[in-house]
Amino acid sequence: MSARILAIDDSPTIRSLVARALRNAGFDVFLAADGVEGVGTLMDADPALIITDINMPRMDGFGVIEAVRASKSHADVPILVLTTESGDDLKARARQAGATGWIVKPFEDDKLVAVIDRVLGR
Amino acid sequence: MAEMDELRDLFFVECDELLDSLAAGLRQMETPCHDKETVHAVFRAVHSVKGGAAAFGLSVLVTFAHRFETVLDLIRSDRAAADQQVMPVMHRCADCLADLIAAARQDSPADQPRVDALLAELDRLIGGGGSDDAVAFTPILLDFAMPEGDESGFTIRFTPHAALYRSGNDPLALLVALQKLGDMTVTLQQDALPSLEDWTAAEPALQWHITLRTAADLSEVRAVFEFVVDCCDLEIAPIVQDDDAFTPIVIDFDAVPDPVPSNAPAAAPSPTAEATASIRVNLDRVDRLMNMIGELVIKEAMLSRIIQTAGLAQDLDVTAGLDAIRQLAGEIQESVMAIRAQPLKLVFQRMHRILREAADATGKPVQLITTGEQTEVDKTMIERLMDPLTHMIRNSVDHGLEDEVTRQRRGKPLQGTITLSAAHRSGRVQIEVSDDGGGIDRPRVRQIAEDRGLILPGTQLTPSEIDQLLFLPGFSSKAEVSAISGRGVGLDVVRREIMALGGRVMITSVEGKGTTFAITLPLTLAVLEGMLVQLGDQTMVLPITSVQETLRPAVSELHRLGDSGRMISNRGDMIPIIDLGRAFAMRDTPTPLEDGVLIVVETDSQKRAALHVDGIVDQRQVVIKSIEENYGRVAGVSAATILGDGQIALIIDPEEIVLASGSDRTRSLAASA
Repeated sequence: MSARILAIDDSPTIRSLVARALRNAGFDVFLAADGVEGVGTLMDADPALIITDINMPRMDGFGVIEAVRASKSHADVPILVLTTESGDDLKARARQAGATGWIVKPFEDDKLVAVIDRVLGR
Repeated sequence: MAEMDELRDLFFVECDELLDSLAAGLRQMETPCHDKETVHAVFRAVHSVKGGAAAFGLSVLVTFAHRFETVLDLIRSDRAAADQQVMPVMHRCADCLADLIAAARQDSPADQPRVDALLAELDRLIGGGGSDDAVAFTPILLDFAMPEGDESGFTIRFTPHAALYRSGNDPLALLVALQKLGDMTVTLQQDALPSLEDWTAAEPALQWHITLRTAADLSEVRAVFEFVVDCCDLEIAPIVQDDDAFTPIVIDFDAVPDPVPSNAPAAAPSPTAEATASIRVNLDRVDRLMNMIGELVIKEAMLSRIIQTAGLAQDLDVTAGLDAIRQLAGEIQESVMAIRAQPLKLVFQRMHRILREAADATGKPVQLITTGEQTEVDKTMIERLMDPLTHMIRNSVDHGLEDEVTRQRRGKPLQGTITLSAAHRSGRVQIEVSDDGGGIDRPRVRQIAEDRGLILPGTQLTPSEIDQLLFLPGFSSKAEVSAISGRGVGLDVVRREIMALGGRVMITSVEGKGTTFAITLPLTLAVLEGMLVQLGDQTMVLPITSVQETLRPAVSELHRLGDSGRMISNRGDMIPIIDLGRAFAMRDTPTPLEDGVLIVVETDSQKRAALHVDGIVDQRQVVIKSIEENYGRVAGVSAATILGDGQIALIIDPEEIVLASGSDRTRSLAASA
């Protein structure tokens, strides 16, 4: 059975790139354009894993992580942060908020899939 | 790879939007009432460009966007001020970013000296204040000389902290990942487990000892723990073949930096209005829809005619039904036109940049005020307005505004003001470019026109006629061609472009106060306001924009020229009469001028002629159908339409008719000489 992944990013380009990489690897993909939309779609998407951007309008990636970790239904879903920053402080902050891991943009499709497999224990 | 190309295209389309919101945001940042969200939005725009550019390996773009973004980050975290020093640089960076994107899109090289100069300026702004690039994460590579090909491995001691579980990481997933690297034995340290009564979820006590036989090196093993190194105790040691001594190499991952200070943006929902949902549609589809609506309107007219001839017009049910259909068709047509409509904002925003460049080039301080940028016009119109407006803005800065010295003498503010406005006015769009400059110097304009042989010396001209001289091809009011206006484009080109869009340009000027160029445009290019004229048994359409007046001439105003040439004196001008029936080869002999009507037209090139037609039928909007696509090119005809009775009517191209008749006359004159 293919796992379902919710990808949140305000850039249509990045969304498409992520969706393409994941679909090619056989995942079901749900997309959201910002944090509010992403958190709102949580019940419908019921994801096995969430990938989120950091800088987004309305609700940013930290907001997403906090909201998901605070939710009753999906508190333990792994959340990967997709970011162009590779600074340690950003990682620390993402971790502080409860992120599972991070992927630095630009990503290679194979690496992205490998990271997801690792986090999901596949 | 076609898919990647498509994504690349998508990226550039996204960039267009990002650049627009970037430019708008930067302008808003200069107003006192901007809020924090504006700065965040500006930052995000640049950040998104960077992210996408990185995905497509556009390194110049990435480097530039990154540095740009760093300064914006300083501003949004209040470590730098968006003041008079910084904002012009930000604007220039936005312009440069736009150019870099354009260059990347066309695979052409960037203007490196300019990029470098701006990067240097950004660096200066970043100065000491920026803690940019919190040292990029580079894994510490520990080199263990392993005998080649000898499968050895590692012993791992792994104790997750509570934070590991909280972060959505799963020890099982990590063990699965490790197993993929080789042969693994896992032992749970039972002695570390508390008794069940003492157990609390907050203090996890699971601890594993792992022996991994693998050909993988240390960095691969460490990669498995990449996300959890800061929330577990981890010891990784190589299995030493000939030595039983277990000397763990403890890698200290606890040195986690403190959480980022609280000046980071809060995730608070912004007060900005909810974005309305929208979809991207291929323009072809909308065009097809537009076409079908056109057909519907025509069919409705046909149906109405059939009902008339069938004598059913008295039947109230039938006429009521028909009226309803007509109204519905009209509304659908309007709605489809609204789909194609886009706010002029897109053009107006770009004009800010044009103005900045023109102001820089001339050294005149200028501000641009825009109003009515939400006014909507057809999408095709937006693209084609870009050039004429660009030229008019440059023209206003270069020619319209006086230099600082003159302005001071006249008691005007040193900074000139150019106003760009748009509004809907009686079914058309009116766009105005006005400056508060010196107005048109009419004696000088007149002199130049005389010098260039455009008018005869001593010609009587009203002030507005003098203003019109500016639109003559070959007219340039500057003795020297300046850097910005000397690009081989004159106002005549602007005028031709606007007329090609079915619009008109008017100019008004008050000495010492300024000049205003007003453009009126139809709402769409798919519909044309036309005069239906009778020509033999044919009905033809003349675009109303080229019609100046219609008249039935008095015999005294008519003049003969050679065998067949006929002229009419009209407002002190002699203008040629063109028999449209003969022009379209419908008849050989000229019709007597007493029968029929003359329509005075002015072409784009400002030639006037009187078209002789048998009669005027009506004036109405017609749906334009391309004749070239459906049939082929017809001389003197620009397009076709379908009338209510199902008849096809050709739309006359006055420009071509006048040009063709002009060359005919020259030929016949030459022959008779």
